[in-house]
Amino acid sequence: MSAASPVDVEPTTTPDEITFLAKPWVTIVWNDPVNLMSYVTYVFQKYFGYDKKKAEKLMMEVHEDGRSVVSSGTREEMERDVQAMHEYGLWATMDRAE
Amino acid sequence: MSGFARHRRSGRVIANFTGFEADLLRSLASQLVELLRNEAAVPNDSQDPFEALMDFTGPTTEPDDPVLARLFPTAYRDDEEAAGEFRRYTEGTLRDGKARAAATIIDGLEEAGLPAELTEDGLMIDVELDEPTAETWMRSFTDIRLALATRLGVEDGDEEYWYALPDDDPRAQAHDIYEWVGYLQETIVGALSARR
Repeated sequence: MSAASPVDVEPTTTPDEITFLAKPWVTIVWNDPVNLMSYVTYVFQKYFGYDKKKAEKLMMEVHEDGRSVVSSGTREEMERDVQAMHEYGLWATMDRAE
Repeated sequence: MSGFARHRRSGRVIANFTGFEADLLRSLASQLVELLRNEAAVPNDSQDPFEALMDFTGPTTEPDDPVLARLFPTAYRDDEEAAGEFRRYTEGTLRDGKARAAATIIDGLEEAGLPAELTEDGLMIDVELDEPTAETWMRSFTDIRLALATRLGVEDGDEEYWYALPDDDPRAQAHDIYEWVGYLQETIVGALSARR
């Protein structure tokens, strides 16, 4: 192993990946048989401030794939989001970003 | 009843309940309050009695009751210690919030004229909620539905099973109530989403 010099910066790292690495934790909402699609969409809009299109897309992911990553950020931020989801009765967990 | 709607002029979220419906909703909300306030916050079966008395902070393990386990899910799936810490700092607050939300429904129904003991026939209860209160009701409907669904064992796509039960089966009746609260929730979400 050698120390990296500035010119060795991985040229294939895209801006997207850099943002992603800065947000090491994610909040995941899991599907459950109870929560209504309209309600889940409402919660995503209200709490995260997402527009209707994005909220519906995430809701459909939960519904069809069984889970969806709904936010990312620091550990503290994700603990806040998970707690808020539990307040709304959604089944949410947090994890390190993969 | 026709569920919740947004009153065009005042912007308030309104609904009319029969006395029976209002009484039923109050009873569901009261049961939720009782469940949230009654089960010992700290499971103390294997704990030293002195330590149990000295532990004011909050529970670290999943509640025994399946309804409470669903209302307060484990936040970290692969890290028991972090999950315990998260629970210690959040479960008490979440419990209080959910109990307060259910109490808001009870208070709202009683302020709208629901007597402590329902005796009168033909009583109608008209509720008018401002937006924050309607949101509180909406959240509490979720908790009530999660509680009923957990007790019943509701699963995805099992509607046929419930509809096939004989009418006098208590599970069929409980499932009807579950669906009714679902209808209330669907309409209150609609009312809250409606442009004013």
